[in-house]
Amino acid sequence: MPGPIDLIIWLLGTAFELSFVVCTLARKSFLRYFFLNLYLLLSTTTTIGRFFFLSSYGQSSDQYMYFYYYSDALLTLALFVALISLYSHVFGELRAGDYVRWGAVLLLLGTAGFSYAVVVQSTARFSTRFVYELSQNLYFVGLVLTYILWGAVLKLRETRTRVVQIILSLGLYFSGYAASYALMNFSGKFSIIRYICPVLGCFLPLSWSLTILRYTDESRLVPARLVVVPR
Amino acid sequence: MMAALIFVFSLVTLWMFFVSYCRSLMASSSRHPLSAEVRDVTGIRTVASAGDFRRVMQLLQLCPDRLEDRNQLQAVSIYHSFLAATRQMFAWIVPSLRSWAEHEQASCAYFAAVALDRRIAHNREMLAQQDNL
Repeated sequence: MPGPIDLIIWLLGTAFELSFVVCTLARKSFLRYFFLNLYLLLSTTTTIGRFFFLSSYGQSSDQYMYFYYYSDALLTLALFVALISLYSHVFGELRAGDYVRWGAVLLLLGTAGFSYAVVVQSTARFSTRFVYELSQNLYFVGLVLTYILWGAVLKLRETRTRVVQIILSLGLYFSGYAASYALMNFSGKFSIIRYICPVLGCFLPLSWSLTILRYTDESRLVPARLVVVPR
Repeated sequence: MMAALIFVFSLVTLWMFFVSYCRSLMASSSRHPLSAEVRDVTGIRTVASAGDFRRVMQLLQLCPDRLEDRNQLQAVSIYHSFLAATRQMFAWIVPSLRSWAEHEQASCAYFAAVALDRRIAHNREMLAQQDNL
């Protein structure tokens, strides 16, 4: 069973995820950010499911392992869709929605193909390995896509504060996740590093909720002021 | 090798997103004029300096807390500490980093001063409401 710190992080994460849904409902923006809501609702459901499998079968059981990795892949896919929906927000005025959708499908198929090529040699637990590989690769693709999206925000002079802050939070989440994952590969499972990913999982819905609470859809900012090195 | 590459790339993007995120938090207050009282008490006239931040934060601690700005202030405090560390560690390698970090720290100080201004105004309103009751 996980320790008290893990449980507290789990509870906080779930509370923040639900708070985002409540905030968007209260601010009448639920449909505008539908795919972000879908991802967070799915994440909440997954957390409950994981807790159920954990308490019923134990952490080292096959049931829990299967549920964990398959639900993780599903969540990563949902986050990918949420990220693509942010692309639609930014490129919406250029009427490039169709191009974004097709690009996303191609990228997803490409990532799945790459993941398949990596695990095709392994015979034991092929599908589980594939799901794990796809999930990790999609996270890295997500980081690169968020970086490109941020470039597009600056280039297109996107001024909507909500959209800008949601993208920046997502960028922080993806970068922190990728960094901690790479660090784990270097240094084994140090106790502090294993808490970083769940804490980042709390940060994302919290910062999104605060963005929805603090700003309206009419709030604007000057994106040129946000670049690290002024041009 | 691959893990090292991912680590370096993700650290660079983490730094870039963190700076931009903190700037987006501070952007809303950059055009907020400070009241005469806050200018007097903080010593900030028109432009804040890098050294003002700590003093303004001490003044903020004397003022009753506001839920609305607590998280933002925490994020900006982390950003300020990060800038101070960057200045100390890398300014001797890249001298232009010193002036950049000082400018950013001054923005943090101005943001904190605006938060102080808002807290004072908020507390005044609360007191006025209590008096009316």
